[in-house]
Amino acid sequence: MTLFGRRGALLFVLLAVAIALPPYCGTYYTRFATQIAIYGMAALSVDLLLGYSGLITFGQAALFGVGAYAAGMLTVYGLTDALLTWPLAILVSMLFALAIGALSLRTRGFQFIMVTLAFAQMVYYFAQSLRNWGGDDGFTLPQRDSLKFISLADHTTFYYVVLVLLVLVVLLANRIVKSEFGMVIRGIRDNERRAAAVGFPPYPYKLVIFVIAGGIAGLAGALMANHAKFVSPATMSWQLSGELLAMVILGSANSLIGPILGAAFFLAFRDVLSDFTEHWMLFFGPLLVARVLLVKDGIWGMLVRATGADDKLGEPKVDFPEALERAADSKPGAAK
Amino acid sequence: MTLALLVEQLFNGVQFGLMLFLMAVGVTLVFGIMRVINLAHGSLFMLGGYFLMAALAWTRSYGLAIPLAFVGAALVAVVLEIVVLRPLYRRGPLDQVLATFGLTLFFNEAVTVIWGREPIPLSIPPFLTGSVEIIPGSAYPIYRLVITAVAIVAGLLLYLLIARTRIGALIRAGSDNREIVAALGININLLYTLIFALSAMLAALAGIMMGPLLSVEPGAGDPILILALVVVVIGGIGSVRGALVGALMVGIFDTLSRVLIPLVIQTNATSALVGMAVYVLMAVVLLFSRTGLFAAHRG
Repeated sequence: MTLFGRRGALLFVLLAVAIALPPYCGTYYTRFATQIAIYGMAALSVDLLLGYSGLITFGQAALFGVGAYAAGMLTVYGLTDALLTWPLAILVSMLFALAIGALSLRTRGFQFIMVTLAFAQMVYYFAQSLRNWGGDDGFTLPQRDSLKFISLADHTTFYYVVLVLLVLVVLLANRIVKSEFGMVIRGIRDNERRAAAVGFPPYPYKLVIFVIAGGIAGLAGALMANHAKFVSPATMSWQLSGELLAMVILGSANSLIGPILGAAFFLAFRDVLSDFTEHWMLFFGPLLVARVLLVKDGIWGMLVRATGADDKLGEPKVDFPEALERAADSKPGAAK
Repeated sequence: MTLALLVEQLFNGVQFGLMLFLMAVGVTLVFGIMRVINLAHGSLFMLGGYFLMAALAWTRSYGLAIPLAFVGAALVAVVLEIVVLRPLYRRGPLDQVLATFGLTLFFNEAVTVIWGREPIPLSIPPFLTGSVEIIPGSAYPIYRLVITAVAIVAGLLLYLLIARTRIGALIRAGSDNREIVAALGININLLYTLIFALSAMLAALAGIMMGPLLSVEPGAGDPILILALVVVVIGGIGSVRGALVGALMVGIFDTLSRVLIPLVIQTNATSALVGMAVYVLMAVVLLFSRTGLFAAHRG
């Protein structure tokens, strides 16, 4: 993903739209765009694992929720300095990711999916049992945090802060993916045995990327708590974990931008259909099935191809012992 | 804490474990033979309860409604297998997870559209109400004893089917090497449809029997599915024996921890510990064995 050429132009257009459009359309759409940016950030953290590391996590919502709870609780306790609460929320999420990852990453393939789902459920039940924090109903925040001299109470200001953070996260993730560490991670994804044979033990590398992704999900969670001024166990539900995976796939895995577009598509789909029916899931479920069975590419992949902006995106390769041999002779993914 | 209470809870634990076994064995069979991870398995549990409720309203007879609910679940399973699962056999786990997750979303919403969002209580069949004294001074509901017995019978029948019949031999052969089974002229597609329908009916059986104890509501299968996945992780993915041992461990551990933990620790954290107990058990098993207790397939 270079910053030049057609792909760069495409990114520039998307960013320009993200900067200019929402405030122009009014408060409702500003809040809507804020949601997209936050879920996009969470979905991006899933893509770091899914697309670049081949780890199918079905528990990222737990880390998102932990970030939301940490930020929310600190805010309720009166710690409203965003420069303090948000990093703390990230830290707490990273610690949870360390614990969950240390155990889950002992398993591979199908088991990893089940184990991440199970540990996420454990965190969910833990949040549900916090009676002092509203139990199943969750709790509200008295106010948003503030960034030194900037008040975040205004929806437009808050949107731009979230947008800046999202861009920073994308740049950071891009840096990580292209670094030597990122190359090792992709090498492990493509062939774990070979990577180990040339001196890169998979486990610590996977654990580090799992914790980084957990931190990003935690930041997204902290932003969500501030955006909605409300936190509940629903932020950790297994449905949300699944929806994050769906966003990545709808938008194109292995691309960093795709998950954000996927989040935009998902939320827009929900928003538009909700006008007609409360049963929008009745349509989203089959749409997801159809995407998996019938369509080869996600939104970003289609956009890139439609505009003729360089190479095609690879479908994500996953940590799946049976597929290892097959994966060995196909080329690594898209980011070049 | 009396001995009677402890024994009663042990019975409950075994009964819950057997229900989990009926669920987990479907997950593990479908994975072991078809190499598909099926997140829609919880929907089949849920549909079992709904179908029974609907069939009861229609026929007003448990004798007719229970077979009808089974047929309904089996039909749904056959359609699902042909339309959605078949294309998934040659796909990676990500596609399987997403497609079956999409199905779960669909079914949870579909039952909401048809029967509403409110939980629907199911009553215990009149001929199974009442209780008996297993140990003096402690009455135990007949219904719970009956569903325990039914689950045991279902488990035995499944064992006989797999160990003693021609279909069972094909199932075992198919889990070892499906290409060879297909090359020997066996209709592997038909075999897969049968296995999927069988696992669906076991899930529906659990859903039907748990209906009166829990309640029938949208998403009712989701927590059960996740517990069944925990069972499969503990028991070893693909192993039927592992599913049985894992299910009994989880069932008994969960039930007893709900009774015992509050007796020992009485703080705010008690309910948190109770809800998390099963997952701690899973974590401990994973610490000692990466592939579960009875790994049928490595990796």
